[in-house]
Amino acid sequence: MKNKKNIIYTAIAIVVYLLLFALVETGTASRQMQNLIVPVLVNIILAVSLNLIVGFLGELTLGHAGFMSVGAYAGCMFTVSCNLPVYIELPVAFVIGGLTAAVFGFIIGIPALRLKGDYLAIVTLGFGEIIRSILNSMDIVGGSGGLKGIEKSGNYTVAYVLMIITLIVISNVIHSCHGRSIKAIRDNVIAAESVGVNVVYYKMFAFVLSAFFAGVAGVLYGQNLGILKPATFDFNKSIEILVMVVLGGMGNIKGSIIAAVILTVLPELLRDLADYRMLFYALALIIMMLFSSNPTLVEFRQRIFSRSKREVN
Amino acid sequence: MDFIQQFINGLSLGSIYALIALGYTMVYGIAKMLNFAHGDVIMVGAYVLSIAAMQAGLSPVMSILFPVIVCMAACTILGVTIEKIAYKPLRNASPLAVLITAIGVSYFLQSVALLIFGSNQRKVNSVIPKFSLSLGDIHLSGEAITTLVVTVIIMICLALFINFTKVGKAMRAVSEDKGAAQLMGISVNSTISLTFAIGSFLAAIASILFVSSYGFVGPYSGAMPGIKAFVAAVLGGIGSIPGAMLGGIILGIIESMAKAYISTELADAIVFSVLIIVLLVKPTGFLGRKTITKV
Amino acid sequence: MALVDIRQLGISFGGLRAVDNFNLTMDDGQLYGLIGPNGAGKTTIFNLLTGVYKPTDGEFYFDGELMNGKTPIQINKKGIARTFQNIRLFSNMSVIDNVKTGLQAKYHYSMLDGILRLPKFGRMEREMTDRAMELLKIFDLDGEAEQLASNLPYGKQRKLEIARALATDPKLLLLDEPAAGMNPNETAELMNTISLIREKFKVSILLIEHDMSLVMGICEKIVVLLYGRVIANGIPDEIKNDPKVIVAYLGE
Repeated sequence: MKNKKNIIYTAIAIVVYLLLFALVETGTASRQMQNLIVPVLVNIILAVSLNLIVGFLGELTLGHAGFMSVGAYAGCMFTVSCNLPVYIELPVAFVIGGLTAAVFGFIIGIPALRLKGDYLAIVTLGFGEIIRSILNSMDIVGGSGGLKGIEKSGNYTVAYVLMIITLIVISNVIHSCHGRSIKAIRDNVIAAESVGVNVVYYKMFAFVLSAFFAGVAGVLYGQNLGILKPATFDFNKSIEILVMVVLGGMGNIKGSIIAAVILTVLPELLRDLADYRMLFYALALIIMMLFSSNPTLVEFRQRIFSRSKREVN
Repeated sequence: MDFIQQFINGLSLGSIYALIALGYTMVYGIAKMLNFAHGDVIMVGAYVLSIAAMQAGLSPVMSILFPVIVCMAACTILGVTIEKIAYKPLRNASPLAVLITAIGVSYFLQSVALLIFGSNQRKVNSVIPKFSLSLGDIHLSGEAITTLVVTVIIMICLALFINFTKVGKAMRAVSEDKGAAQLMGISVNSTISLTFAIGSFLAAIASILFVSSYGFVGPYSGAMPGIKAFVAAVLGGIGSIPGAMLGGIILGIIESMAKAYISTELADAIVFSVLIIVLLVKPTGFLGRKTITKV
Repeated sequence: MALVDIRQLGISFGGLRAVDNFNLTMDDGQLYGLIGPNGAGKTTIFNLLTGVYKPTDGEFYFDGELMNGKTPIQINKKGIARTFQNIRLFSNMSVIDNVKTGLQAKYHYSMLDGILRLPKFGRMEREMTDRAMELLKIFDLDGEAEQLASNLPYGKQRKLEIARALATDPKLLLLDEPAAGMNPNETAELMNTISLIREKFKVSILLIEHDMSLVMGICEKIVVLLYGRVIANGIPDEIKNDPKVIVAYLGE
């Protein structure tokens, strides 16, 4: 049965890629749509990696854009300053970006081990702001003007491969004993310790892994756009990723993917309503939480859900 | 001389943080939640104040009093409404769900303000009478003096209220143990609502003082001061009223010193670095209490 | 040598002396009862033995090794597992995953095995599943293996906690009111299960319980706690007739 599932997933992955290939290479998709493909894939990587912390570890971090920016700058600085063939340069840049973000994930993981809930949210928010201020005042990376002249080598194929790698790694981790430990910590720390789960190690691991992929996504973002500006990686970016995770369902990888696609494509299609985007995010967060955590509303939702299910049968 | 001037600037900035932090600390202490939208209530208050101040044909006294009262009423009602609609249904939900909701509410207020007023900053006239004090080179504006005095008075009133009135005792009981408080006949829900009302009332005062000092308000004006005030509350020890005061003042001084002597650009980074360091060294903050986890 | 050797263990919370001068020795395979009125400090002793609280004084030797200062994780690795008075399951995980979490230390594979799905991953997961199902069967939970733990009825949640604790392969099992909230039938059934696991797993058990019939029925020895101090220690018949115990439970 496991094998059957794997075959289906592989088939989906190939079909989706062929679809993208056809849309781009035949020119069926508009320029606007083509330009959206990589941002969608970047956001999927970001949302899925954040879900590892928010959905599976059960901690809230508001600094995902910070990890993304650290990785982006490290990786893109490398490609800007090196002149290697692209097939060497690009993979190395992703690794550099990912590892740099992972190091920061480790550093931020240290307070995360001692703090939880609201404190951790504020510390990670602060971390994102610190990174942004520092990047803003660092002339070597272009300051607030941004890092320019990055080669636009991050095309949709590269992005697609990276997304698939991210999905495989994170999903395999979650469905292994390591993922079980992470979920056990989320559900009950004291019980997890009582059966020998190394809470410190797994919390740290979740932070580092999540930051790594955020960093990779950052490099991809930079290599696609050709420019990096500190202002892009502000608190709002972190919230945007959080909205994707919450809307897709915390602890649900497929949900994160769908939400990332919708929340990237929709605002582009509805440009006239751009002002309402934040309002939509806000309502999405509030309504999702009320419907997933308020006992009366949960019951209401389940009633409706089970009714529609019955009708299908 | 410059140093002393910066110190005084920090003191006045810090007392605004302290005032906002008092609201955070009260709500956190009793409802055990970080009301992310607290800063945005301040922003809404500032808009209300600016609109109410346009009311023509009032006597000089009323032209100050009217906007102030309207602002206080609006913030208090807003705070209680937020609590009723968004937080109360999640009373027994996981802290993560409550926190995400609070972020949602904060975003909601910002986006509504953006839709109504646009992203441009709006000028607000100070409701504090013009006066100033000068001692040699050191200059103290009327706003700074008023802010400091008001904050100290409010802190004292709040401490007296919490410690000596029946309602204040009920609040402390709820913060210690909701279940036990309920068994003693305290209505937990109305106590929490009252806490939000007081917290939002404090936000209104902060809003008046804040906007009088800065003169402008925009949809995002409340967010950063709000977050920094929470940082102040955490530094001082969350749940502690003198802690919020102390944390706010320290933060204000750090920020204005950093701006003056290091870099304006990095001032926020320094503020947050201080928070991270303090939390690593003393997670309960300066005046916070240690709690024992029950198993 | 005794498996458990507790010497003058004590802890204070501020001015409150929660446990004072607690002594206990347990042999391999022994079933000891720990009883006392509410607030006597029974759960606190469990928390001291499992490293959740650090004792202010005294020593705790387990299998000849000093356990003071060890973390809950280290203590679990040494062979002590527990259940909780207020059930602490991994409620958003399946029943079988709850047990598997306890098995992980023994059936270990590396991160790389997991991410790349190397052969060792499949082998270990299979063995873990088999072992987990065996454990669930003992507690009659094998039919609910794929359910969410939070969807189990109360009595089964208690049993699942014991199964999860046993999964870590302990030498000493600490059960904190396993029969709380169960009806007499369920309690009787639980008594049988406890006797069974004790023989099958060769595990020593320290049991906190309010249900006197259960304690008197299966425990070999009983220690009685009052206000953090031991007031009696002996076989069930001695305890039943001990005047101090009678006063503690029934008043003068």
